[in-house]
Amino acid sequence: MHDLMNVSYDTQIPNNVGLSSDKRVLKALEKWHPGYINWWNDLIPDKFQQSLVYLRTAVSVDPKGWAKFDYVKMPDYRWGVLLAPQVEGRTIPCGEHAGEPAWQEVPGEYRNLMKRLIVIQGDTEPASVEQQRFLAITAPSLYDMRNLFQVNVEEGRHLWAMVYLLHKYFGRDGREEADDLLRRSSGSEEAPRMLGAFNEETPDWLSFFMFTYFTDRDGKMQLESLAQSGFDPLSRTCRFMLTEEAHHMFVGETGVGRTIERTCQVMKENGIDDPYDTDRIRALGVIDLPLIQKKLNLHYTLSLDLFGQEVSTNAANAFNAGIKGRYQEHRLDDDHKLTNDTYTVWDFEDGQVVRKEVPALTAINMRLRDDYTRDAAGGVGRWNKIIEKAGIDFELKLPHEAFNRKIGVFSDKLFDPDGTLLSGADYDAGEKGWLPTHADGDFIQSLMVQVTEPGKYAGWIAPPKVGIDNKPGDFEYVKLAMA
Amino acid sequence: MTKLINFQTDPSTYRHWKVGYDGPVATVTMDVDENGGLFDGYQLKLNSYDLGVDIELYDITQRMRFEHPEVKVVVMKSGKDKVFCAGANIRMLGGASHAHKVNFCKFTNETRNTFEAAEDDSGQKWIAAVKGACAGGGYELALACNHIMLTDDSSSSVALPEVPLLAVLPGTGGLTRVTDKRKVRRDRADVFCSIEEGIRGQRAKEWRLVDEVIPNSKFDATVAERAQEFAAASAKPDVAGGISLTPLARKIDEAAVHYSLVEVEIDRAGHKATITLSGPEGDAPASMDEVVAEGDQFYLLRLARELDDAILHLRLNEREEGLIVFRSQGDADRVKAHEDLLLANADHWLANEILKYWKRVLKRIDMTSRSLVALVEHGSCFAGVLAEILFAVDRSYMMEDEFEGDNRPLATILLNGSNFGTYPMANDLSRLATRFLGEPEAVEEARGKVGEPLEADEADALGLVTYILDDIDWDDEIRIFIEERASFSPDAMTGMEANLRFAGPETMETRIFGRLTAWQNWIFNRPNATGPEGALQRYGSGIRGNYNMERV
Repeated sequence: MHDLMNVSYDTQIPNNVGLSSDKRVLKALEKWHPGYINWWNDLIPDKFQQSLVYLRTAVSVDPKGWAKFDYVKMPDYRWGVLLAPQVEGRTIPCGEHAGEPAWQEVPGEYRNLMKRLIVIQGDTEPASVEQQRFLAITAPSLYDMRNLFQVNVEEGRHLWAMVYLLHKYFGRDGREEADDLLRRSSGSEEAPRMLGAFNEETPDWLSFFMFTYFTDRDGKMQLESLAQSGFDPLSRTCRFMLTEEAHHMFVGETGVGRTIERTCQVMKENGIDDPYDTDRIRALGVIDLPLIQKKLNLHYTLSLDLFGQEVSTNAANAFNAGIKGRYQEHRLDDDHKLTNDTYTVWDFEDGQVVRKEVPALTAINMRLRDDYTRDAAGGVGRWNKIIEKAGIDFELKLPHEAFNRKIGVFSDKLFDPDGTLLSGADYDAGEKGWLPTHADGDFIQSLMVQVTEPGKYAGWIAPPKVGIDNKPGDFEYVKLAMA
Repeated sequence: MTKLINFQTDPSTYRHWKVGYDGPVATVTMDVDENGGLFDGYQLKLNSYDLGVDIELYDITQRMRFEHPEVKVVVMKSGKDKVFCAGANIRMLGGASHAHKVNFCKFTNETRNTFEAAEDDSGQKWIAAVKGACAGGGYELALACNHIMLTDDSSSSVALPEVPLLAVLPGTGGLTRVTDKRKVRRDRADVFCSIEEGIRGQRAKEWRLVDEVIPNSKFDATVAERAQEFAAASAKPDVAGGISLTPLARKIDEAAVHYSLVEVEIDRAGHKATITLSGPEGDAPASMDEVVAEGDQFYLLRLARELDDAILHLRLNEREEGLIVFRSQGDADRVKAHEDLLLANADHWLANEILKYWKRVLKRIDMTSRSLVALVEHGSCFAGVLAEILFAVDRSYMMEDEFEGDNRPLATILLNGSNFGTYPMANDLSRLATRFLGEPEAVEEARGKVGEPLEADEADALGLVTYILDDIDWDDEIRIFIEERASFSPDAMTGMEANLRFAGPETMETRIFGRLTAWQNWIFNRPNATGPEGALQRYGSGIRGNYNMERV
């Protein structure tokens, strides 16, 4: 018996799944490992690979011990395979098998569906690292650089987690899929990542914060629904990943918050009350609030697209099969089968945006997206508190779900951020006020300068309130290697 | 589904396809309009198709042949990101009547046969350039092309997911073309047809599912290069330009469809439709140049287009007319003279296209699941290509001797050289060779009569008609036959006729239609697919099909 609370370091791969006694999987993973290291080494500029980064490493899945902080070179990071502890007597939480004992092995009839979900989830993990590969060069502080790397190595670990499941439970097909996860690459012409949003480069730090706040939150919601899976190893894997994902959300929320805080502070210091006095605000080297709203509009709507079609057969199949649950499925009070229930979704009929009842099973995506929107609104409220506290009359808002969509019922129509249907001309006239322009991008880019002195921050962003691992303000989070 | 389905379209009204012409290479781009379904109640997502999408594709294949003879290579590709074609629309199938599904699949495969044969028939080679998911009917489209190119982007795949996903078959040629055309090993085919996600990359090539797998960054360039190579290697003669296929002169009434050379009379109470073909109004042109000048008004082309449309109209829009009666009136010598001009110039592109088109129209008649009967009356013109109809139908009746008060010329049949191989059936034999499978000498005897007008007793002796009837018997015998036929079970009739029509060797084509008719249509009727708890009905609801596990 292996000890679930203590990670086993007796093999090349830290794990709490008894890997050393599972020769078949161990062999597969060890074979995959060199490819992974190559991928990592090719990805992050060498100077940063050789730097010592103050990272947390999961050494145990115990709530008190899973985050151990120390300096480590990223290629030496111990990407492990860690699953949340098995819950005795766990049952399948939803769908036609609800109440039956959770599966410990993949049921043959759902093998393909399950494999596809794992592959799609797995594909996003390395993709975001690829999208963010050049950001360290313009990090506004060592603190932020460290957070970037922390997010990166954990996305790498999440890839490991998905690869473990593929190797362990999906045989030869699983090994091929695991290889292809390294073959595809964000933005590649040869073999792009599976989801469109993961093929765009993250060009600047505000985009990175917006991405970790909005897009990683989509990842969180997907993990939440997979954590409800009747396939127990998948559920356990995702539950542990969620503990790490929380930090990514934190990086996003505080990153945007610190940007707002700095803008408000500089406006006050210079006696600017009008948030739309953007020329003066920008001249002071901070990002105006209307531009932050535009970035928010963009990233929120791109993230909504990741939830797929409002009415989805695949999502219905996955729920009914018990492979994917709803957000917090175990806390919901219904029959967990939804065979006779309905759910209200957006639709577009006769030129009108309407709400419509559809079978609840087919609206699983929409429901998760609604949960996402509620979850995402929380941070926006906290950002508004910062603005309010500074006494500036401006409120950030999540745009209407119809705005700027490429997938779903709204995708071939034009709407403003309030959800009003527009003509092409009206949309063109308004667009530059709703979405970042190239000029906005250039402006943000002009602020992106690397700051590497411990305790110092680029002028467009405020320092954090508290350090990582409660370290003091001038703590050297990254000991940069001399290039 | 009672709305009238119109098989006539033209490029100005296409909703689902775009066609580009660049010298010898044409590009056919599938870009299905989600909201352009033929019926309400479904959206054509992910380049999925319904009959309306297929009608446009059929129009494209026809115009490619007649309007663009300069084309030697046709590249079929998708206008959508990430999906080549997701196959037949499942919600449409789930909502359609059985009869609609069957007719839809049949027409779909006839269209596929058309472009599949385009290389052999006309020197137009079709390439499927597959980027994105290519599943079910989407892969069947690619299978009917002459060359399949697949991009290697680690997500594009070819797949036949019908069995695991829907509990039906990739039966519109999918299974059969995998084994008979692509010659995929049967155990690999078994694996391939059982997995939803299909096969991608090099394995698709190793397993013979595609001809080439190409790195994604080089895909478009390689497709373009291959198209040019094939065009350069083509033996098809260069032709400056084609002819126009103008809209048919057609008028649909309550109980009739009128064309310029074809009249369709509908007798709903009697469950009967009568198709009357008219002979040529004038003499045959003297040369192919004149035929080109006449264009789509040339007698045999106009007749073929009108008859083709009439058959399709009856199949989809007049489903209770279980008996189709073929008649003709006109000058048999003139029919033969028109055909002779084409046969003598068979290497002329337009002569070849018209002859090949007749081959397809006659096959469409063979494949029509109605009781077919031909009446060879006085004044009729069953000559050459039109005589083929006599050998396509289930029974034929011929007038013998003079009829009182009828001053039309005596009924004759005029055989031509074309009756011995120009228009092979799906089994690759001529209709006469199929008819006389056990008496090959009868074919030779008939061949000896080419060009001689054969009156009833001689036609009877040669075995060219079922019965010859004189003035006294004609009306009653025909009436009784028709009434009796109308009283039989339409299902039993369809089954019996399909069994009897296609004697002789199997070909890929006969196997596809035979299996489509037997297996796919059987499965379409079984509760495991189409019952209230069947997989096809439940598709999209999230609830799986509930199968009766008894093997039948």
